[in-house]
Amino acid sequence: MTLTATQANPAPAILPGSGGLRGALSDLFWRRPQFLLLLMLVPPVLWLGIVYIGSLFALLLQSFFSIDEFSGLINREFTLKTYGDLLQAANLDIILRTVTMAALVTLASAIIAFPIAYYAARYARGRWKALFYLGVMLPLWSSYLVKIYAWKLILAKEGILTWLLAKLHLLWLLDGWLSLPVVGGNSLSVSATGTFIVFVYVWLPFMILPVQAALERVPGNLVEASSDLGASPGQTFRNVLFPLALPGIVAGSIFTFSLTLGDYIIPQIIGTSRLFIGQAVYSQQGTAGNIPLAAAFTVVPIVIMGFYLWGAKRMGAFDAL
Amino acid sequence: MRSDRGQSAPLGLKIAATVGLLFLHLPILLIFVYAFTTEEKSFVWPPPGLTTQWFAVTWNRPDVWQALSLSVRVAAISTAIALVLGTLCAAAVSRTRFFGRETISLLVILPIALPGIITGIALRSAFSLADIPFSFWTIVLGHATFCVVVVYNNAVARFRRTTGSMIEASMDLGADGFQTFRHVVLPNIATALLAGGMLAFALSFDEVIVTTFTAGQQQTVPIWMLEELIRPRQRPVTNVVAMVVVLVTLLPILLAYYLTRDGDQIAGSGK
Repeated sequence: MTLTATQANPAPAILPGSGGLRGALSDLFWRRPQFLLLLMLVPPVLWLGIVYIGSLFALLLQSFFSIDEFSGLINREFTLKTYGDLLQAANLDIILRTVTMAALVTLASAIIAFPIAYYAARYARGRWKALFYLGVMLPLWSSYLVKIYAWKLILAKEGILTWLLAKLHLLWLLDGWLSLPVVGGNSLSVSATGTFIVFVYVWLPFMILPVQAALERVPGNLVEASSDLGASPGQTFRNVLFPLALPGIVAGSIFTFSLTLGDYIIPQIIGTSRLFIGQAVYSQQGTAGNIPLAAAFTVVPIVIMGFYLWGAKRMGAFDAL
Repeated sequence: MRSDRGQSAPLGLKIAATVGLLFLHLPILLIFVYAFTTEEKSFVWPPPGLTTQWFAVTWNRPDVWQALSLSVRVAAISTAIALVLGTLCAAAVSRTRFFGRETISLLVILPIALPGIITGIALRSAFSLADIPFSFWTIVLGHATFCVVVVYNNAVARFRRTTGSMIEASMDLGADGFQTFRHVVLPNIATALLAGGMLAFALSFDEVIVTTFTAGQQQTVPIWMLEELIRPRQRPVTNVVAMVVVLVTLLPILLAYYLTRDGDQIAGSGK
């Protein structure tokens, strides 16, 4: 019927369909956008849903199993015993140490990141702006292990830092610092200070980018208005810049905090023998074979990050991402 | 506005920003010096002498080549999977509003928002529950999962800038859905996809935390390096590999930057 109707018309306003399966599919997608949408969503949702969310559930499930202390086999029955084990003093110590480190690293990154981000956002123009952007992007994307390795070279007892301090006649300062109880050690590469420096170095770009994004949105004349009204640079920073940059800092801290909580390679290569959460998870699932406890351990950063994200969202940090 | 232009930064800010940038870059540059050192046993500075012999030694190491080949294959396949899944997801999310749209974006971002160790151990425990033996494909499974987000981010940003009216115009001019995709949509998003693909490749090539949980006995380049960091066998070879890794990851990043540079500046000024 429709065919004859089109043929009868001498100059069809609507071109005939290209026909065949291809045309039919094309028409179907046009008439039913929901069908196309569904078709587009199914592969990624299936992949992420099965591979990722499925795995997370498998992990969560395991944390409610327990390990038989005599046979070392995993007892697949629901129990909260593993979470009880998690609350032992030694494990709480690990959690506390990791959270403290994460907080200190976040604070230090924010302090170092601010001037770079502020300069890039307010003063760098044209070519310099691109240079600043690349100057942050390149270290961000450089190999994680190479960065850690570089710091092993720097912090080694015979390395460049000791050499530099010796040239400056400041070795007494290093020795004095290393003899302190918690932060010191035999050399910087086996001290908590070393771990801290490397964490800050590796996560710093993650802090710079959101802070810069937040500062880009601060109009320059706001700062000028503040000084016109008689505020000192310090007052301008405290009352104008800092509150406006805060969502960016919080957004950046999501990364620095979360990444520090979950890392197990940095403290393993540069640091003391005292464990962090990541290392505890790794050794529990590997050498100890206690996957339930390892799983329960990973729930800690998930819960902490859950609260953190909730707080960050309330502060409007996600708009700065 | 007027004084905004030629104003120069306070000296203190200049110094702090410069020191910060130096802090970010000097350690990586140091790797290049160490690749030429004659010292074998320690990390002594300054290097007692310079040599290029370690490049030849590294060239003849089969384990380095095997690790490199595995890394490249894993990264290539993971990138391909991520490109397909990321683009589909970005197209769906940016074209239409539908129920659960926010959940989908969260789902894509989650593998990179949660610490790598969680993704890693979650995959490992799933493999052990399902009795899947470790293989090339278990590595790819993990890598593709967190590479999707990189492609997705790039593609979503580009889709947001491509106007829907272009697609409608193409349809009005008689193109079918496939022709529109081939001649209108694809040319528009191609550079964003290429950039996303490059970043995904770099991300996969460099990934170590998830890989330690999904690789079994096989060694990718980062796993090889990790092994060398914990139990050093031949330090100069590690130095050379570290330098090569820096160069290999540098190129895709620079390319990705140049591919999206213009678009990003437009997006920035539009805000």
